[in-house]
Parts: sequence; C-alpha cells; structure tokens
Amino acid sequence: MTEGTQTPGTDAEALSAEPLVEITLRVNDVLHTAAAPTRRLLSDFLRHELRLTGTHVGCEHGVCGACTVLFDGAPIRSCLMFAVSAQDHAITTVEGLAMNAVQQAFIECHGLQCGFCTPGFLTTITAYLQENPAPTEAEAREAISGNLCRCTGYQNIVRSVLRAAEIQVLRAAEIQVLRGAEIARGGDG
Amino acid sequence: MKPSVFVHHAPRSVDEALAVLAEHGHDGKVLAGGQSLIPMLNMRLAAPGHLVDINRVAGLDTVEVTADAVHIGALVRHTQLERHEGAFVHLPLLRQALVHVAHPVIRNRGTTVGSIAHADPCAEMPAVLALTSGYVEVASSRGTRTVAARDFFLGPLESCLEEDEMVTGASFGRFAAGVGTAFAESTRRHGDYALAGVAAVVSVTDGLITSARASFVSVTPTPDVLDLSDLLTGSAPEDGAWAKAADLAREHVDPETDIHASAQYRRMLVGVLIARVLAQAASSSTAVAARD
Repeated sequence: MTEGTQTPGTDAEALSAEPLVEITLRVNDVLHTAAAPTRRLLSDFLRHELRLTGTHVGCEHGVCGACTVLFDGAPIRSCLMFAVSAQDHAITTVEGLAMNAVQQAFIECHGLQCGFCTPGFLTTITAYLQENPAPTEAEAREAISGNLCRCTGYQNIVRSVLRAAEIQVLRAAEIQVLRGAEIARGGDG
Repeated sequence: MKPSVFVHHAPRSVDEALAVLAEHGHDGKVLAGGQSLIPMLNMRLAAPGHLVDINRVAGLDTVEVTADAVHIGALVRHTQLERHEGAFVHLPLLRQALVHVAHPVIRNRGTTVGSIAHADPCAEMPAVLALTSGYVEVASSRGTRTVAARDFFLGPLESCLEEDEMVTGASFGRFAAGVGTAFAESTRRHGDYALAGVAAVVSVTDGLITSARASFVSVTPTPDVLDLSDLLTGSAPEDGAWAKAADLAREHVDPETDIHASAQYRRMLVGVLIARVLAQAASSSTAVAARD
C-alpha cells in the first residue's frame, strides 16, 4: 500500500488521463447510466453525474450522515461507497421518498432549520420506522444518533420521528377506511 | 476529500481476487465494506494504486454455526451477523459486541472480517475474536493458511497479512454451555469509538468462579486476552472478586492520552467496566447453570 499525500498538480494531470467507466444504477425506480471515474463516490455520482442534488455531502468520512441514502432498502453512507460498487443496485435518495410520513412530520414539528442535514435524517428515519414502527423517545434518539444537525438541537427531530410513526398509523387507517368505502360501493352496484 | 486515482478491480471469485493481489498486492488494498478504508482514501491517508473490490465475489456472505465455532465469510456485514439468530443463540457475545460497532448505518455496509483485517485496537470485533480464541482464514495465490487471533494482530493497524494475501473468513470459537459473556464500552457520544471497552467470559459452577478471561478495546495495542482464572477461581462471584480483577486489569492495559481522554481516565474506566462485565457474565453463567 502506498501511503502519503498527493503532491499538488498531479491530480489535474491524472484527471485528464483518467479512464471512465459506464455505471448503471436504479435510482428512485429509474435506471440511470453515466460515465465516471472508478474513484467517484456514490454521493458525488448522484450529485454530479445524475444531478440529483438532494443528497448532501457534509464530512465525506462517514461521521455526519448528511449523505445517507437507501441501498437496496437499507440506509448507508453514500460518501463511503464508490458508485462503481453500487452498479446494478437500487438506490433511494431523498427525491424518491415522495412526501412520506417522515417528511410530513418534519414540516409539522419544525424538524429542520437550515435543512442541510435533513436529507440524511429523512432517509435514515424512513428506513428505521419500517423496522420499528412505534419507537419510544429513547429509541428515536438512538435511531438518529448517527446523524449530525447543527441547528435544531435535535429536540424537534426526535419529535418528528415520533410524529412520523403516528402519521404512518393514521395513513394506514385512512387507507383501510377508503378500502372499506370502495367495498361498500361495490356492494351497492 | 476525494480519493486519489486508483485502478478498480472487480473480481468475481476468490481466485480472481488472489491473482490481482499476486500482481498488485504491493500497491493494492482489498475493499469490502469500506467503512474504514474509504474514509482513509477520502482523506488521502492511504493512496493505493489498485483496489480489489471483493463485493461481487460469490460465496463469501454466509454465516455458519458449527459445533465449536461461528464461521463468517469476508462479505458478512455487521448487521447480518448481529441479526443472525443461530449466531446469537450459540455465541451471544457476538451480538453483545456488534451493537456497539459504530452506528447501524455503518454496520449495514461494514463487514466484520474487514474490521478484523483492519486490526484497529479501537475496534470491537478484534477483541471478540481474541476472547473467543478465534482465527482468521487467509488466502493467497500461494495457498491458504489459518492464523489464530493471538498471532494475527501485530500492532495498531498492523496484522501479519502479507501483501498478496487476503482474509477470506473468520471463525469465532463457541464457549461451553453454561459459560456467561458480556461486553461494555464507554464512549463520548453514542456510536463513537470507545474510550475503553471490555469483553468478558466467566464460568461459575456451584456458586464459585471456575474461569474468567477478558479482552480490551482502545486500551491495548493489540487485542490480547487477560486470563483472570488464577486470580478468581474458587472465589464467589461478588464485588470483592471483581475489585481484585479490576486492579489487575488496570495494571494490564496500556492506554494512551489523546484529545478525547487521558490515559489515566481510560485506565480508571477499564476498572469500572471490567467489574461491570464480569458481574454480568457471571450472572448469565449462573442463570444458565440454574436452568440446567
């Protein structure tokens, strides 16, 4: 393994000669293909090649959680994966959440201020609630412990996690009612 | 904060991976989960010319529970092992420790074998491998070998791997029925690297301790095992015994001072944590013995 820092200038030279590879990903249920160098991080591939700038890049070493996306349904740090390694896998970014219960809860509970960390929180919490639909406050705090927010002090984000769990229950109940109404109408006809 | 240029290899089999390592191992690195390696690449603390991305290699993602071990392949993610019921039932220490490995989001991608191969003394799973008298399976185009945990770790971030070798799997030894285990660590924030951590295994028979061992996180240069059996055998599992063990452990460890904590504070934590985990392990040992 070669260790050491890159000397200034060599990066630009290397870039011009750097070979590109075709990378195909399914992002938010749409197939995308773009050419990029193999060292392109998934976070940068989403933002630069695919122009999906909802995924934010904070620390680029896995600490802040802003770049969290769903990889085959499970949250991962997109700054800690190369786009080429994600070839043929399914990615969900914040653009693909389609105004889900978590987003609704963030609006209702003032769960964001500047919004920079928010895409990472939304993806993380969305995946968390699928496995843990009724968390306690302590569990909600633990669920977001891998995401940093410098504005809110977390209180309203914790509240948003709990509210999102409630909204999920309400929405499920609404669907039940609508289905019931449909069945009743079907019976009349 | 971007990695420098490298040649990306995506072998489909272990043999293909080993062929690449045979040619480029001197300037190459194996990429599995990448949760330690990619930060180092991003910060350019490491700049290998070749990356051998083993994520497409078939057959490395299985957890297998045998009569005396829990065996995992090099692509088993921490989350997969943490949730594996067979592994939990037969070696609870795995889950006891895995829930302390970084954050769930990191565990979704990071591999347990990768963490062991990285040989970070601040990581939990090398200490668990050592405590279970486990071993790693190492392969190169020259052949395969198994290396016991006590021989694998040479120093901080340093293992006995040759440049053309990769770790293809690891085996954690199972304990005899009735043996209790526990794991605890202290961190500044949830999911941070531990200031200090202790894993312990204790067996209690007829109300008296018959063996006790511990291994450490973040306070020893390699995850070596402290055998407390001579000190504790024949003692009742109670505070006096744990206090003696804590004294020995504080002498045994060799913590360093850094921005997060002084060596003195870490040493104090070791004493507190080992007393706690020994008591937990002993009570789970007693509980199992009582059930039998």
